[in-house]
Amino acid sequence: MTTHHITFTINGAQEEALVTSHITLLAFLRERLGLTGTKNGCATGECGACTVLLDGEPVNACLVLAAEIDGADVITIEGLAHDGELEPLQQAFIDHTGTQCGFCTPGILISARALLNRNPDPTEDDIKDALRGNLCRCTGYQRIINAVQDAAKAGG
Amino acid sequence: MSTTTTNPTRPVGDSVKRIDALEKVTGEALFADDLQFGPGLLFGRIVRSPHPHALIKHIDTSRALAMPGVKAVVTGADTPKQIGLYLKDRHIFCRERTRYVGDPVAGVVATSEEIAEAACKLVEVEYEVLEPVLDPLRGMAPDAPLIHPDLGNYEVPNFIFPKAGTNISNHFKIRKGDPDAAWALCDAIVEDEFRVPHVQHVPIEPHVAVAKMDQRGEITLWTSSQSPFAQRNLIAEALGLSQSSVRVIAPFVGGGFGCKAGVTMEALAVVMAQKVPGYAVKLRLTREEEFFTTFVRQGLIARTKIGATADGKIQAMQTEYFWDAGAYTEYGVNITRASGYSSTGPYEIPNVRADSYCVYTNHPVGGAFRGFGMPEIHWGIEQIVDMLAEAIGMDKAEFRLKNCIRTGSIIATGSTMHPVGLVECIKQATAAIHWGTEERASAPHKRRGKGLAIMWKAPAMPPNAGSSASVRFNEDATVTVSVGGQEIGQGAFTVAAQMAAAALGVPYEWVRVEGPIDTQYNPYEWQTVASRLTWSMGNAVMAAAKDARRQVLDLAAEHWGEDVDHLDIKDGMVISYRSEEAMPLKKMVVYGLPKPAGQGWRGGPIIGHGSFMPSYVTGLDPETGQGPRSVVHYTTGCQAVDLEVDTITGQVTILRIAAAFDVGKAINPDQVRAQIEGGAVQGASTALFEGFQLKNGKLANHSFVDYRIATSVDVPFEIIPIIIEVPQDDGPWGARGIGEHSMVPTAPAIANAVADAIGVRVLELPITAEKLYLALEAQADGMPV
Ligand code: FES
Ligand code: FES
Repeated sequence: MTTHHITFTINGAQEEALVTSHITLLAFLRERLGLTGTKNGCATGECGACTVLLDGEPVNACLVLAAEIDGADVITIEGLAHDGELEPLQQAFIDHTGTQCGFCTPGILISARALLNRNPDPTEDDIKDALRGNLCRCTGYQRIINAVQDAAKAGG
Repeated sequence: MSTTTTNPTRPVGDSVKRIDALEKVTGEALFADDLQFGPGLLFGRIVRSPHPHALIKHIDTSRALAMPGVKAVVTGADTPKQIGLYLKDRHIFCRERTRYVGDPVAGVVATSEEIAEAACKLVEVEYEVLEPVLDPLRGMAPDAPLIHPDLGNYEVPNFIFPKAGTNISNHFKIRKGDPDAAWALCDAIVEDEFRVPHVQHVPIEPHVAVAKMDQRGEITLWTSSQSPFAQRNLIAEALGLSQSSVRVIAPFVGGGFGCKAGVTMEALAVVMAQKVPGYAVKLRLTREEEFFTTFVRQGLIARTKIGATADGKIQAMQTEYFWDAGAYTEYGVNITRASGYSSTGPYEIPNVRADSYCVYTNHPVGGAFRGFGMPEIHWGIEQIVDMLAEAIGMDKAEFRLKNCIRTGSIIATGSTMHPVGLVECIKQATAAIHWGTEERASAPHKRRGKGLAIMWKAPAMPPNAGSSASVRFNEDATVTVSVGGQEIGQGAFTVAAQMAAAALGVPYEWVRVEGPIDTQYNPYEWQTVASRLTWSMGNAVMAAAKDARRQVLDLAAEHWGEDVDHLDIKDGMVISYRSEEAMPLKKMVVYGLPKPAGQGWRGGPIIGHGSFMPSYVTGLDPETGQGPRSVVHYTTGCQAVDLEVDTITGQVTILRIAAAFDVGKAINPDQVRAQIEGGAVQGASTALFEGFQLKNGKLANHSFVDYRIATSVDVPFEIIPIIIEVPQDDGPWGARGIGEHSMVPTAPAIANAVADAIGVRVLELPITAEKLYLALEAQADGMPV
């Protein structure tokens, strides 16, 4: 089995690892790094539960190979809060009840983070569009949309 | 929030933030697949039947076993006893027969998922393919192949009536009044058939279970579960173990909606673990497996006839339900019963006949799905009531107001209706969408329509389903609440904390609710189903908190030499209204209080216990379905929908859904609204998009691409949640459940609005654009639609 030596930053920290060719970024994060906040809802790129930021872009970690993150910067849900301080987005999800079972929540927060990074003042349609790849079976989405809008107002 | 200062029951009735929200937005909340088991963890995969109905002639596991990395292979030979929540009708692994595509035939345990999967392909199974039953009507035919030839020998509780020698696993009847005589009185009679396809719950977290057997033969099961105690009980019984030898640990559930209730795939992991003592074995379902190998919502064919007199009074209703229950009936037999006794919908009708049949088919296994049969039956009930109102020539809201149940109404089972706010729900929901006002469509090729549907649902469960709780203080007077009910997203832990805080007299922020649920430590709860936790577990939490409070007050009364009746706990302080003494709960709730003059101490660590079990639910007569109190209570509600249909594409655009439910008492109004909104969207998703495409028993659409659920772009509409509070006599602070109810009336309300918009009645779900497009074409050609 071919292995690759990769160097990457994960939530701001420089790391290196030896990975096999076939291991996905999702499995690598969850099983090797113990970062279980990123969820596996389908493993086929259809639910968004595994969304992480790869060099600032939202990707489905189940569709990316760990070997591909060599030299890249990865942010997961565990990397959103800093020094015990929640991001405005996270606080807005609490305030608006943007989470119920919470399984979709990490992926949705990451997609929303990516949106606010490129568009600090999104319209409701921009938000819906940015979240269309993130399935949520519980909330009915409106509270999530309101939370993102509110976070944007609070400076994201 | 202004209510916080004025609300006398605070924090009950306050919209406090979810107790689990912080964990969930940081990624710290642990779900079953997040638990770590180290490098010794083994993985299981399942060999499944490719045929809907077949006999297993021979299984050869030798090649799989010989594969490097494979640790064990299990088959039906390892599971002699049958399992089932009501009717014990299945083996954990199939023995001589397979009954649906996906039925587990063997399980492979290996050092990785990949090896286990590869080894599954080496398990050789020889089948004799049998004729499948693919429709419940066919299943009822006298010459239909028997799916369970031994049905007559299965263990079953006394309120379920399987018919030996048929495919009918339950037949529930209502015989009330004389419908045959009543038809003659009616000025309008409507009769039709309504169909509901199978749908799946689609929790975003797929099922996962990790099981381990230690050297003493004791089992631990970590799993995503709505029913840790029921799983412990059923798995222990099926494996011939004591309940105390099976420990179930269940962290947060990433969406359940009924599919993680009872026992599904967890037992497979346990049986596999029994073959490799000392090793934990993880089984996680792929999304594809999630679609058809866990529970699905049963299909339904409903035939209904209903008649009214010219004054708008419904006189008689007759219903037949043919449930496509699938291969086994974990919950199906009781859904059949619940749908039978609720078959009139929330109407007072003097003459009723209902026959509800649970029919085995070679389809995926039917189970409970948010609403427990009620969304399925209301699909027909609420359309035929609309049709009858039309036939009589009455406004549809007025017609419902005239016939709906009120406090004191006699319902289908002959029971008397408890205090109920359905009338108010109808009035407020319709007012919110300007019922009766014609509004213009947004474009000339679009048609605007309004529709409504009302609903009722009772918790369907054994009459003696119980709950328990404990409430204990920590040194700093913070409180730990321990329950056996599960947090599945519905907010159960938040509500438990609010109730404990209110009953004790401490701030909400002082309360923690213990998780994960661990059957070894947490008190018993029947199951997290039936929207019963706020009510049943709530009663237990309230009792436990009151017990702890009484202990604190007794201690303070003795200490101060006062009468306990003059004491109270407010904001974490014990106070006396008489002497105006006050002391903090801190320390005294664990260390007690000193007696005067160094004479020792009194009190000790405070721990309160509470339990609740309804004692007043009576049986129903097996021939007539009549009884004094058929259920604990009904939650009722109304949804009113305002929508547009695009006559060129058939596309439905929902503009507004107003949803009013009588929840008795909103323990947390914001969370109630969140349930109402989430339910409306889930209901709209099942109404417009969802349905299994089963071909010869095989599911064709088993991915999110082919089985579409509502996404963020599908909910452009406004949801107006409305809370009605007519207190429930046996509910904590008057509360009753709301989780499931919120999606029960959505599909028929949409169908009624579509009918209003374009004059097309859709009798079979889902209401796809394609169906409407074809119906509009037929309409244009002058064909009947
Ligand atoms: S797990 Fe990656 S998209 Fe679903
Ligand atoms: S909160 Fe449960 S899936 Fe989104």
